Amino acid sequence: MDLRFTDAQPTAAEREAVESVLGPAGVESHQRVRTASNLRIFATGMQSVADRRHLLLPALETVQSEIGWVSEGALMHICRELSVPPAEAWGVATFYSLISVDPSPPVVVHVCDDIVCRRAGALELMEGLEANGRIPNTRWLPSPCLGQCDRAPAAYVQRAGEEDHVLVSIDPQARPMEPDGSIVSTNGQPESLAVPQAGEPHLRLLRRVGTVDPGSLDSYLEAGGYRALEEAVEMGPAAVVAEVKASGLRGRGGAAFPAWIKWEAVANSPDAVRYLICNADESEPGTFKDRVLMEDDPFSVIEAMTISGYAVGARQGYLYIRGEYPLATRRLRSAIHQARRAGLLGESMRNGVSFDIDLRRGQGAYICGEETALMNSIEGLRGEPRNKPPFPTVSGLFGKPTVINNVETLCNVLDIVSDGGSNFASLGTPQSTGPKLFCLSGSVRRPGTYEVEFGATLGDLIALAGGLPEGRRLRAVLLGGAAGSFVLPDLLEMPLTFEAASEAGVSLGSGVIMAFDQHTDFGDILARIAAFFRDETCGQCVPCRVGTVRVEEALARIRRDPQPGDLELIEEIDLAMRDASICGLGHTAAIALRSALELGLME
Amino acid sequence: MTRPETQQSVRLTIDGAPVEVRPGATLLEACRQMGTEVPTLCYLETLTPVNVCRICVVEVERNRTLVPACSRIAEEGMVVKTDSDRVRHSRKMILEFLGSSVDLSAAEDEVGEWMRQYEAEPDRYGPQSEPSAAGERDRRHPGHHGEVNGRTAEGVHQPTKVDNTLYVRDYSRCILCYKCVEACGIDAQGTYAIAVAGRGFDARISTEMDLPLGDGACVFCGNCIGVCPTGALMFRSEWELRRAEMWNPDAQSVTRTVCSYCGVGCNLELHTQDNRIVKVTSPQDHDVTNGHLCIKGRFGYDYVQNLGDVDRSSIDEVLAKARRPSPE
Ligand SMILES: Cc1cc2nc3c(=O)[nH]c(=O)nc-3n(C[C@H](O)[C@H](O)[C@H](O)COP(=O)(O)O)c2cc1C
Ligand code: SF4
Ligand code: SF4
Ligand code: SF4
Ligand code: FES
Ligand code: FES
Repeated sequence: MDLRFTDAQPTAAEREAVESVLGPAGVESHQRVRTASNLRIFATGMQSVADRRHLLLPALETVQSEIGWVSEGALMHICRELSVPPAEAWGVATFYSLISVDPSPPVVVHVCDDIVCRRAGALELMEGLEANGRIPNTRWLPSPCLGQCDRAPAAYVQRAGEEDHVLVSIDPQARPMEPDGSIVSTNGQPESLAVPQAGEPHLRLLRRVGTVDPGSLDSYLEAGGYRALEEAVEMGPAAVVAEVKASGLRGRGGAAFPAWIKWEAVANSPDAVRYLICNADESEPGTFKDRVLMEDDPFSVIEAMTISGYAVGARQGYLYIRGEYPLATRRLRSAIHQARRAGLLGESMRNGVSFDIDLRRGQGAYICGEETALMNSIEGLRGEPRNKPPFPTVSGLFGKPTVINNVETLCNVLDIVSDGGSNFASLGTPQSTGPKLFCLSGSVRRPGTYEVEFGATLGDLIALAGGLPEGRRLRAVLLGGAAGSFVLPDLLEMPLTFEAASEAGVSLGSGVIMAFDQHTDFGDILARIAAFFRDETCGQCVPCRVGTVRVEEALARIRRDPQPGDLELIEEIDLAMRDASICGLGHTAAIALRSALELGLME
Repeated sequence: MTRPETQQSVRLTIDGAPVEVRPGATLLEACRQMGTEVPTLCYLETLTPVNVCRICVVEVERNRTLVPACSRIAEEGMVVKTDSDRVRHSRKMILEFLGSSVDLSAAEDEVGEWMRQYEAEPDRYGPQSEPSAAGERDRRHPGHHGEVNGRTAEGVHQPTKVDNTLYVRDYSRCILCYKCVEACGIDAQGTYAIAVAGRGFDARISTEMDLPLGDGACVFCGNCIGVCPTGALMFRSEWELRRAEMWNPDAQSVTRTVCSYCGVGCNLELHTQDNRIVKVTSPQDHDVTNGHLCIKGRFGYDYVQNLGDVDRSSIDEVLAKARRPSPE
């Protein structure tokens, strides 16, 4: 491969940013010095030039966050350092919505205008921003759901050279006030709030949330942290897998696949190199449960990953977290750092285990939550899903056997190890075992993340969240997120279990329960959902790339003046997307829409 | 169930008939072995399957969704249907999606035949949206798009990129089959001058920073042109002749010869019209080239045209235009 680069050179600041990830320029990688700042590069254990392609996204991300955009000079510098063809690097950089390849002002505010936020005043907020004209040094852009729907409306703020952050519970009347225009005023809520149930004794997944100091390993240890890892090591890897099998644990990321099947396949793989991935991309509109775990109990995520990696024989784990979760990212990074220092993570841990974690930040792409797209994203490729088979347990990250699980799925492993798989299985129903987190948002009094045992009904959860506000009647619920479906109040008695949902022809998805009252403009909501999928499809396969556009167009016609045939057209498109698309995004893109139309919510 | 690798063949059923194929064969291979037609767009024998166009989908029993025949490996006991209602529906919709968003008028002949065969009606999505301005699609930012009113069917129409004398890129005709990317990169040329950029409906084939071809890594081997199924990548000579309404495949003859530049022995197919070479291809089934050439064999034929032993005619005027860097 004889690569050709343009002559563009990086600025000193760009060079420095790239160096902070890749090490000193032009030095053979094996000679690079291990420093605190580039530790995570070495943690991966892959150091030949050909193996450094996976650093492409971290390099782009760092330039974006330090400089505010990725110039030609910076891009070429990264390409030269990593021996990546410039056209391919361009293809990767232009795939992510948080990366800008055009000169950008130092402050970029991504204002969520997705389902919940637009009902909570986001549109008004954006009109105000627009009316105020150009704010110096600031640009604002609409954004899909930021995973803050319990504190809507929300915005994610990128600031060149400074830490990014999230604004929540923004006053829709707020206008940029600061002289530099950088801050939209809020009503002063802190970034992270404890969950509504904080401190209640029956909690399992959420028991430490709001009670431990998320920044302190000691606090976690005092609360019983890392005892599960100790027990796991005493039991041995095979016994841990056996307990997970006995627990009946099924995936919490959306597909509800039994965890043990993947674990056993990788644990028994003849390949010595295996990986464990924690999927923390959480971008399904209406989902924010993983964020709560990561922000308020980060050590449990790290410990759970360590046990899981140990059980399946992986020495290296990856935690892939969406870019719009800066607080969770900071807390997890600090947790990883503290665990390493305490000998609870790294090449030779104090219990003789060897496991390390590399944290990777997504850069604004819902599709990167799909497991194989996520792997491509880590590998420095475009986040396009792969065709399956082969499945990740056979050929996953870097072509190696890989277990990938959702944050909540993995966190359950702590109790499974401590209390035993059969105890876990005694919670919930035979087919839906254990505790489950649900994300309540929309028209409820106390939106938030709630933990229940499987078997609680939809009505129970809405009641937990305080029911609907005064004068509001429940019109419909969006169950499972934008990739889920709408249901009517006649399903309030339905237990929220995998089996009951599947019998009713719906899906629990990622645990989204979004309530809508009688004042909802469903046409507006559906249009936002259609726009979401059109924005977020990777564009790789024809049925989904064009199908999502045609669905959006048909819906626009239906909203304006319904023509005979438009409904049928959406059905026809949906059928082809479900049958012929590569991945779950295409398979589910029109489901919510169709359910709303069939239930007559637009009328 | 897959049988152990020592097994000599894999037996499956396609449209009710039994078939035996070599282990590792794809369903497409199995279908072709039986003489069953399966349409393909992004598949080519000489390239790694990317399975993105999905036109080749078939129904396999006990699979929730349809599967791409071009890349799905045949398994013992599979029961495959290639012409079920579900298969026909998906193929029809895919053809409509492409036909309603892309200019297929210069695509391989089969595409039109499939349109009829599957009763595709691309027009039912409404009139084509206005073409976008030059370079506009290349600057789109992922995750955002403009207002949608449903009155027109959005397409990829845009002005042709003419930035050199050898070939043009008319991405109004691009179905994003990834073939050119593969031919330029991993599967043939190893140059990696082009890749897919952007996301979703705004995804496009691009050089780095959307640079003109000559400013990037392109070495003008023309291999991408050779694999493009839709005429999006076209010899400048052909493009100029088409613009002048002088392109006439019926009046062309193809002469097979061996490239005289070096000792590799690449086979060339010289396409001539009015005794002028109008393009050069290479047979895909040739084991030296697999259809691929270098800049000399592909474009280095001007010295033949300049021998001066033929009278100048109107075709020369047009071909002369092709030698000017920018279009007139
Ligand atoms: C478009 C799309 C987006 C997804 N996003 C996520 C996500 O953000 N988080 C997640 O855990 N799983 C997500 N998934 C599901 C993953 O592909 C995968 O099934 C999951 O990570 C497996 O973990 P689990 O078995 O523990 O649920 C997504 C799937 C699709 C098709
Ligand atoms: S279904 Fe959509 S998101 Fe999935 S691979 Fe195809 S285009 Fe990409
Ligand atoms: S002409 Fe050759 S080098 Fe240039 S883009 Fe096409 S395949 Fe790549
Ligand atoms: S330019 Fe041609 S070969 Fe390349 S992706 Fe488009 S249609 Fe396929
Ligand atoms: S944070 Fe705005 S809709 Fe979820
Ligand atoms: S030919 Fe099989 S997916 Fe394109």
